[in-house]
Amino acid sequence: MESVKFLGPSLGLSAILFTLGVAGVLLRRNAIVLFMCIELMLNAVNLTFVALAQVHGVAGWLMVFFVMTVAAAEAAVGLAIILALFRHRQSVDLANVNLLQG
Amino acid sequence: MMESFVFYLFGAAAVLGGAMCILQRSPVASALWLMSTMFSLAAIYVLLGAEVIGAFQVLVYVGAVLVLFLFVVMLLNLGQRSDDLRGPSGIAAALVIAGLLAIELTVLWRYTPRRLAAEVTQAGVTDVAAAFPAGQMMQRAAAHNVVQSIAEPMFRTYLVPFEITSVLLLAALVGAVVLAKRRI
Repeated sequence: MESVKFLGPSLGLSAILFTLGVAGVLLRRNAIVLFMCIELMLNAVNLTFVALAQVHGVAGWLMVFFVMTVAAAEAAVGLAIILALFRHRQSVDLANVNLLQG
Repeated sequence: MMESFVFYLFGAAAVLGGAMCILQRSPVASALWLMSTMFSLAAIYVLLGAEVIGAFQVLVYVGAVLVLFLFVVMLLNLGQRSDDLRGPSGIAAALVIAGLLAIELTVLWRYTPRRLAAEVTQAGVTDVAAAFPAGQMMQRAAAHNVVQSIAEPMFRTYLVPFEITSVLLLAALVGAVVLAKRRI
């Protein structure tokens, strides 16, 4: 029993952080802050993987590596898109991005 | 006792950082609060026995991703804006969805390894070590040699995802350059 620590509190903490990330995505209109909230959600998922790796083995750690790689790639491409958006609209407010809204 | 005090301290710091990240008006302040969340999470990873992940958290997330965020925020020279929050309908939707998600807390917080073992094996087995031999093996391997215990599954079992990751990074690199450059 000693080898598995803080399983319940870790899962609860990751649920809190994920909830905060979802609330941030729904609340904010700034595209950059929205990306930060997505990173917050990915971090919450990573915490779940690390907590459950204590019982399920090292594969959980490897999933964290893959999630970190995808997050870094996503941040690079997303911020490039935001830069291109800012060049066209002079703003990163998502309310101004309505070209596909019909 | 000491360990659980440190866990709850860093857990509270992580939650505070996340909450301030979504509530601050200035994007720079948001990024700095998110940075404190990520440092706290790195400390929690170390407490959970994953020192390698904690180090990578600091190097990759704080050292690379958040610095990139700060670069872009300062490049765009965004000021504080009063209408950054969505309208009342957006706030209501956020509160409802966040509330629904928060309900799962009450379930997850009381999860114990013993209960997980009993649920997975479905035979009333409550011995964690018998239900999850992989976890015990990892504990021993990690105490012995962390690099070997990570590298072996990474380059044997998960070789194909690893290679796909490298292709993904290359694609992201080229894509970011193409998107951000004015004329190719």
